[in-house]
Amino acid sequence: MATVPQQENHSYLGAPYGLAAWLLTKDHKRIAILYLISITIFFAVGGMFAAGIRLELTTPQGDLWSPDMYNKLFTLHGVVMIFFFLIPSIPAVLGNFMLPIMIGAKDLAFPRINLLSWYIYVVGAIITLAAVFAGGLDTGWTFYTPYSSISSETAVTTAALGVFVTGFSSILTGLNFIVTVHRMRAPGMTWFRLPLFVWAQYATSLVMILGTPVIAITVLLVAAERALHLGIFDPKLGGDPVLFQHLFWFYSHPAVYIMILPGMGVMSELVAAVSRKQVFGYGFVAFSSLAIAILGFLVWGHHLFVSSQSIYAGLVFSIITMLVAVPSAVKTFNWAATMYKGSVTWESPTYWVLGFMGLFTIGGLTGLFLATMGLDIHLTDTYFVVAHFHYIMVGGAIMAYMGGLHFYWPKMTGKMFSEAGAKASAILVFVGFNFTFFPQFLLGYLGMPRRYHAYPAEPIWQVLNVLSSAGASILALGYLLPAFYFTYSLFKGKAAPANPWGATGLEWQVPSPPPTFNFDEDPVVNEPAYHYKPRHEVHVNG
Amino acid sequence: MSSSHPITPISTYLITWISLFILTGFTVYVASQDFGAMNTPVALTVAVIKATLVVWFFMGLRYNTPLIKVTAVAGFLWLMIMFGITMSDYISRPWLGVPGR
Amino acid sequence: MAKPSTPLRPGLDEKTLAHSHAASMGAPAHALHSAHDENPNLQHHFFSMDQQLEASILGMWVFLVTEVMFFGGLFMAYIVYRTMYPTAWVESSHELNVILGGINTGVLIVSSFTMAMAVRSAQTGSRNGQIFNLIGTMILGSTFLVIKYFEYAAKFTHHLVPGPHFQAPAGMEAIGNQMQIFFALYFIMTGIHAAHMVIGIVLMAVILVMAWRGKFGPHYYTPVEVGGLYWHFVDIVWIFLFPLLYLLGFHGGPGA
Repeated sequence: MATVPQQENHSYLGAPYGLAAWLLTKDHKRIAILYLISITIFFAVGGMFAAGIRLELTTPQGDLWSPDMYNKLFTLHGVVMIFFFLIPSIPAVLGNFMLPIMIGAKDLAFPRINLLSWYIYVVGAIITLAAVFAGGLDTGWTFYTPYSSISSETAVTTAALGVFVTGFSSILTGLNFIVTVHRMRAPGMTWFRLPLFVWAQYATSLVMILGTPVIAITVLLVAAERALHLGIFDPKLGGDPVLFQHLFWFYSHPAVYIMILPGMGVMSELVAAVSRKQVFGYGFVAFSSLAIAILGFLVWGHHLFVSSQSIYAGLVFSIITMLVAVPSAVKTFNWAATMYKGSVTWESPTYWVLGFMGLFTIGGLTGLFLATMGLDIHLTDTYFVVAHFHYIMVGGAIMAYMGGLHFYWPKMTGKMFSEAGAKASAILVFVGFNFTFFPQFLLGYLGMPRRYHAYPAEPIWQVLNVLSSAGASILALGYLLPAFYFTYSLFKGKAAPANPWGATGLEWQVPSPPPTFNFDEDPVVNEPAYHYKPRHEVHVNG
Repeated sequence: MSSSHPITPISTYLITWISLFILTGFTVYVASQDFGAMNTPVALTVAVIKATLVVWFFMGLRYNTPLIKVTAVAGFLWLMIMFGITMSDYISRPWLGVPGR
Repeated sequence: MAKPSTPLRPGLDEKTLAHSHAASMGAPAHALHSAHDENPNLQHHFFSMDQQLEASILGMWVFLVTEVMFFGGLFMAYIVYRTMYPTAWVESSHELNVILGGINTGVLIVSSFTMAMAVRSAQTGSRNGQIFNLIGTMILGSTFLVIKYFEYAAKFTHHLVPGPHFQAPAGMEAIGNQMQIFFALYFIMTGIHAAHMVIGIVLMAVILVMAWRGKFGPHYYTPVEVGGLYWHFVDIVWIFLFPLLYLLGFHGGPGA
């Protein structure tokens, strides 16, 4: 008899105990925790590379590191942050944990493949770390040929193989989510009753499935060219380096949507919860996730504006890039409309929400500057671009990840954390972030190229760079703080009720932490999503 | 399980097999003649027909749900997007009339 | 969308859904539990064998979509360079052995037939049919690899392997580099295809062992079906590789 086994359906953190029980688990919640630990480690590693960069840039001379070392620092900062932190973050931690519960399922469709995806991540990470210690990588995270395939003397082949392997972790996660959302929703959980987080994860999974294999084959080609001296991307032998760029960006542009879409999903959940209100324009927000996923595949050429890409192709890419901003704007307007006349409370998630909305808007708008091909000619490869994508990736995606981590922490661990600490962290991150990256818009506008370790001795350059580096230390503090109060909460935190935020959704109906098989009784859904009742009718059970 | 998948008759599989052989022979024959610019489109059309036969009959797509049919088409469609847009770059490069572009 | 699109669990009807006033939980759950399938192959997070089979088939198709995009990158490179270097492409294709390539195409087509028959045997509960057809599929797949080996060996002998030992055929030194790109793609595309073939044969071996133990029948044949989908996909990749690599400007006699 298959369903709830004879053992009691108690907390997933309880029995079975022991390392083997965790390393061989099939429980999506435990796998999410495994991912949480791994990506946190890599966030710290990527952060240290960033510290190396910002330290160097406090003075005009490139005197802290050798030029080669500096190249390795920004390359590895990018590789680690993108492939080993941002891309897995929300899907593998929050998605893995919450998605089955949100749709009323006992687990993902393929639990063993879920575990496999974590092991693949670990193997890819080890290979990449091996590259770090065996000569590093200095090609930029973008691996452009022919430098990466021929001239670079660093561990390109190893790093390329590391990225290749890690890609399959992403693919398997996406595959699992797609099948789960299609085939394992509880009775009554129709598509339009799904939490918007699920819509966002679904759209992200589509991107993971369709895009990641292309970068897999591309880095494999680079590795093959290096190892076997093939000439596919070598202009001297008739190869076309721009072909590499097409193949690379065909994935890497949609990849940025892999990084932001889940964050937008988290935002929808948080906005509804802190406003005690149905998300304004649910249907529009749901479809905008799909629109971003699809349109995101049609714009990669905006990374090739200054390559030998045809201007006509550039025109088309430019226009579609501006179009892809529309669904993002739809979401932002709808979140604002949700908060308008909502019953907003100043809990820590609210801070992350507001921070996200402001910073993501700036990041998105500056993307339009770069989408304009004529303007991009001047801004490309300057700090303007660096600032733009950090506003989205850090001000957007990481804020959303932090917000989600705080919001779901009581559910995941069964403990409440320090609200004061969380609010302090959010404020430090917001302030530190703006000091770090706003000056970079100015630097880029003034012409400072990215990936340079030195700059002219005039005061304006140094002032802006020092501001940026100082901001980075505040930002780092903001990220360090949760390590303390989260850890503290695990030992001394108050026990969390099932629904500490008074939010709606199946996930808030199960205990904190959830039992191993999520539900004692198979749930049946017959309410729309975000079915908030007036505040006085809400019973926060605890 | 009885509700889901009807069992394909062996004859269907045999006919598919024979058709695939015939189409392969046809491809080789066409390639050995010179139809000039038509060579490639013919070869690709035949390949697409063969692939469709394998997908529809051998892989049983005809008995699958619409969702799975959409999935199968989506992969092919996305490939066309990659091919089409990338080639639009290579093909339109000489249009500007600027040396080196 | 009022109707749920997942197959309704047996014992759960529209009336129960419509009349239930429970918020999210606490609906009459007892009816749901007892309706679960008793099949020992049913994994605990699925509620019926049908759901499990459908999910597995969808999962494999989604995986095949990723494989399409994976090979797609290589086809993209092929298309770009063929457009840039049409002559080199034709001349290089002449060096490939159409007869061996054609035989391999035929071998894979038959293997797809035996694979489909293996699935059918599982659906009808014929253990002998499964064993015979799975072994047949594996033998045909191995035949493909053996023929491939001979083709590769010929390339080595004729100095057509990209790298330091590559030598353009006589009279074609001018397009030697371009031909080298063709052969780089040839080896990578057919090599990765062959790697998928090897994985497929191993997969078939695993399924064969399970079939030998009598694990499959009309009540449960998911691994055979799903393994079959993978095998057919590998066949389809070759269906495109063959004309694109072997049959360019093939007028008359086979190449080396």
